[in-house]
Amino acid sequence: MEQLGWGSITLQILGHFWPVWAALIAVFAVSWVNKQRLGLYGKLFDNWVGLIGLWLVLFWVFTALFAHWIAPFESLDQMAAMKNKKPGWPLPDGTGHYLLGGDRLGRDVFSRMVYGSRTVMSIAPAATLFAFMVGVTLGLPAGYLGGRFDTALSFVANLVLAFPVILLFYLLVTPEIRETIIPTALAGILFLIPIVFFIVLFFSRFEQQPQKLWIYLSVTLVLGLWAYSGLAFNADPLGVFYMDPNLLNIFVSVVFVNSPTVFRIVRGLTMDIQTRDYVAAAQTRGERPWYIMLWEILPNARGPLLVDFCLRIGYTTILLGTLGFFGLGVSPESPDWGLTINEGRKLLSIYPHPALPPAIALMSLVLGLNLLADGLREQSLKD
Amino acid sequence: MTLFIIKRVGVMALSVMCLTFVVFSLTNLEPNLRKLAKEQNNLRMTDAQVESWLEREGYREPLVARYGEWLANFAVGDWGHSTRFREPVLDIVSKRLGYTGKLMFWVMVVMVPLALIIGVLAGMREGSVTDRSLSTFSITTTATPEYVSGVIFTVIFASSAVGLKWMKGSATSATDGITFENFALPVMTMALYGMGYIARMTRASMAEVMTAQYIRTARLKGVSFSGIVLRHALRNALIAPFTVIMLQFPWLLTGVVIVESLFNYKGFGWTLVEAASNNDIELALGCSVVAVAVVLITQLISDIGYVFLNPRIRVQ
Repeated sequence: MEQLGWGSITLQILGHFWPVWAALIAVFAVSWVNKQRLGLYGKLFDNWVGLIGLWLVLFWVFTALFAHWIAPFESLDQMAAMKNKKPGWPLPDGTGHYLLGGDRLGRDVFSRMVYGSRTVMSIAPAATLFAFMVGVTLGLPAGYLGGRFDTALSFVANLVLAFPVILLFYLLVTPEIRETIIPTALAGILFLIPIVFFIVLFFSRFEQQPQKLWIYLSVTLVLGLWAYSGLAFNADPLGVFYMDPNLLNIFVSVVFVNSPTVFRIVRGLTMDIQTRDYVAAAQTRGERPWYIMLWEILPNARGPLLVDFCLRIGYTTILLGTLGFFGLGVSPESPDWGLTINEGRKLLSIYPHPALPPAIALMSLVLGLNLLADGLREQSLKD
Repeated sequence: MTLFIIKRVGVMALSVMCLTFVVFSLTNLEPNLRKLAKEQNNLRMTDAQVESWLEREGYREPLVARYGEWLANFAVGDWGHSTRFREPVLDIVSKRLGYTGKLMFWVMVVMVPLALIIGVLAGMREGSVTDRSLSTFSITTTATPEYVSGVIFTVIFASSAVGLKWMKGSATSATDGITFENFALPVMTMALYGMGYIARMTRASMAEVMTAQYIRTARLKGVSFSGIVLRHALRNALIAPFTVIMLQFPWLLTGVVIVESLFNYKGFGWTLVEAASNNDIELALGCSVVAVAVVLITQLISDIGYVFLNPRIRVQ
């Protein structure tokens, strides 16, 4: 077989992504038809910047979902004859091509890039969501109540923010630290906060309606504690919720680094919103502080928080890449983008092809998230 | 104002103490100490040998007492001894910080003027084609972390196989003397990531100023557009970016670590990685003090500078 030219490489890559194209067309068609009924999401379709952002983000979401259909090879398949081969090189047995070439161990660069999206997609959104839970649960009372509580929490948040992120990762994400209790303890505290958040959320709303309250509370407690036992302590009796200790370590560190910034944003927003008339009205009605915080202030802060959420997933993606780049907390074989970039750069001046695809993939995903955030901001300001 | 500064300095000292204690406790965790003992002697030490070495070197004293000792020595200028480089920490840190200072200087020289120009050009006519394209450019740069742009730039400008072959892919020789060839890539890579953020803040600030009443008055008075931008809008529009530029320092620090590892430039960031990955306790402590101090001092300067630039703000 011949080595492929760039034209046919592009065509074949586009062909391999067929499940993604199908899913994208389906999502966009359905959303376009129903765009009047979909609120802020529907309005995105009137904004080019936001639309391109959404397209890029969904592209990578579907790539992660359908990775095993898209990737022509497994991420760990090695073929000695394909070491450092150029893009479009045919396999020795003539059954196919390495579309973007082979890396230093003879693995397919294209398949590894596709599988790498799974690592990012499984950690970044969830870690950001947890960071938001922590930031909201602590930021609302800090901004609303003020006083000593605020001073103490702000001091701690500033401490974490003043700390060089890389040094913190080097200290927190090591094989040595996994032998200690620290990651589990941090996970125990951080993962408890969402449960507390939902309990307070439902309690403050349905305090007068015990029947509803009990339903919500018991669902929260059963689901929450079930997931909690599995994720934080790896002790889920049914074995559904499970987190690799390595992954847990990364996850907890990323949440830990992100939540102080969210805390500061929520605190600032709360201090701004609590001067509004509807908060004063609720206070005059005699509502409890937690009701005002969670059901009056929080819903009205959703616009800026949603925008920041998108930006922050992008930032978390960059952080995960940084971790991989320094080889922290990822197994040396994994197709993680940051790790692949770091491996590829060692031979960069002779063989540029293994490092470029993951670099461009990471960039396009973060760019998509930033554009989406920009589009959301513009559309929510129009209201 | 004086009271404000004194208070802030007090909080700073407390923060540095808290953070160094955290670093101290984390580097002194049992598995880390054992790893250190094996690295310092030989990898096949028995547990008893490790224990006796740790005992002999004083690692078995109570943690708080040892931290107090370190703090007391630190206060009089004895920053301890690096187990990785076998040199006094103060010497290493000051030498490496000098190299990073050079890098930072050139990054600032490239980044700040470019970012301000982009921001002002984009913000002076909000919604125009110039604004759209410059804003997209800024968003793209904020989405390109150093390890991505560094790799792309190396392929374009320094690869021996493809591309332009203008520069060198390594900045190791830049510690002896800076040339365009060995220093342009790290500076470009670092400047690019920070630039977009400053440019977007400048744009927002400029766009807000351009809607102010006094700009309309100036326009109605018949001042030319360039006159309005240069003489009326610019000065007020640059207050907000000043704070942003100062607050960029902590971000630049992470960038320094990535860029110095990427281009093998042996400055402060490279030292920090060496210290952390070799569990060099006293060097890691020294590095974190410097890093935290840089962040806190720039925060203080930005707060004070903000008050001077914007007379409407008063500190209590």
